[in-house]
Amino acid sequence: MIKLRGVDRFYENGAARTYVLRRIDADIREGEFVTIMGPSGAGKSTLLGILGMLDHGWTGEFKLLDYAVEKLRPKQRAELNRKYIGFVFQSYHLIDNLTVYENIEIPLSYRNVPSSQRAGIVCDALDRFHIVGKRDLFPRQLSGGQQQVVAIARAVVANPKLILADEPTGNLHSAQAREIMELFKNLNAGGTTIVQVTHSETNAAYSDRVIYLQDGWIVKADPRTQSG
Amino acid sequence: MENNNALIRMEKVSKVFVTDEVETHALAGVQFELNKGEYLSVAGPSGCGKSTLLAILGLLDTPTDGAYYLNGQPVTGLKLSERARIRNREIGFIFQAFNLIGDLTVYENVELPLTYRGMPSAERKRRVEQSLERVGMAHRMKHYPSQLSGGQQQRVAVARALSGDPLILLADEPTGNLDSANGEAVMKLLKELHLAGSTICMVTHDPRYSEFADRTIHLFDGRIVEESAEVSASHQ
Repeated sequence: MIKLRGVDRFYENGAARTYVLRRIDADIREGEFVTIMGPSGAGKSTLLGILGMLDHGWTGEFKLLDYAVEKLRPKQRAELNRKYIGFVFQSYHLIDNLTVYENIEIPLSYRNVPSSQRAGIVCDALDRFHIVGKRDLFPRQLSGGQQQVVAIARAVVANPKLILADEPTGNLHSAQAREIMELFKNLNAGGTTIVQVTHSETNAAYSDRVIYLQDGWIVKADPRTQSG
Repeated sequence: MENNNALIRMEKVSKVFVTDEVETHALAGVQFELNKGEYLSVAGPSGCGKSTLLAILGLLDTPTDGAYYLNGQPVTGLKLSERARIRNREIGFIFQAFNLIGDLTVYENVELPLTYRGMPSAERKRRVEQSLERVGMAHRMKHYPSQLSGGQQQRVAVARALSGDPLILLADEPTGNLDSANGEAVMKLLKELHLAGSTICMVTHDPRYSEFADRTIHLFDGRIVEESAEVSASHQ
């Protein structure tokens, strides 16, 4: 589903180049659940931003499904993102003046789903994530864990093939984190490909495999155990 | 005596939270008016009821007791759907945490509240560009929030609040996540909007920022304990 070859991401500082990612080769198959790990500053979030087409300043080859992303214009990339990708962020990114229902409806409104169909789709999502009773509440009336469940419901409401999650449990305590990981596990069992960035070994254990990054390079094993 | 200029009128508004055996009076008989074109700041320590008051003002919550008139219309007894309509059309929200969506561009984030209204896309485009122009972020239209500084993200959030042409802007600790330089810049932006005619109600615990407003009401334990005007505050 994803194929990266020789992907570099760097910033120009006058004559010098600072590399954030260096010669990244990676393959992620459809239906996989993959974790990206590494110390802070290793380039994890940058890599996720490239996969999600939020970042255009890279070089190399990136194939998503049958599309050669490096050859696409920004507008076409945005369309790919809309069609195939759902995002989950550490800080939820819910809108505080919209209800749970309205927050989940957002991706449908910018995907031009007719409003007659939206209600059914949103209600399905509320049902699936057991938050029917919360539909008219606002984010501030929910716990952090519940807010993240809503954010995940929003990420999957338009039925993406790929979920990208950046530290999805970073603001949660361990019981809530477990619940979120179980949700991911279920979505993955249903066929959704998931790529998550995390610092947590416990969260990583839910995935099929781990890609380790260090100083912008992919390394074979956990850099922490290697240096020890 | 009726004040026809009052955009907001709060009459003896109370909010009581009941948990098990304890009753918490988050607001106890709060009463004030806010005129069209005014800039009001609500100050007080954390736990004084500021956020509860802002939630009621923004129709995110209902008072236990008392009345709230928005633009002359009583809004406390309205149906859920009617409240949602007023909230989405008449109130622009600015939050401490910006509330931008990370996988939408600046343009799309600002457009979001307009898509709910079934507004034609040409009109949406005009409004989005105009409000980004007003906050000085038109050149960043195609960027994503992660490519912007905190101060710039808050400017985009302000543009989103403006795009719907609301009756009032409600700002909840708009500088809370910003360093002082960026915080100052956002406060200047709000001041400019106010001078251009916007009605603003801002909640803050930072006295430096209260001084940007025309007047300040001080809350303590759910009551208004003091009201001050800008002139007296800046000459103290």
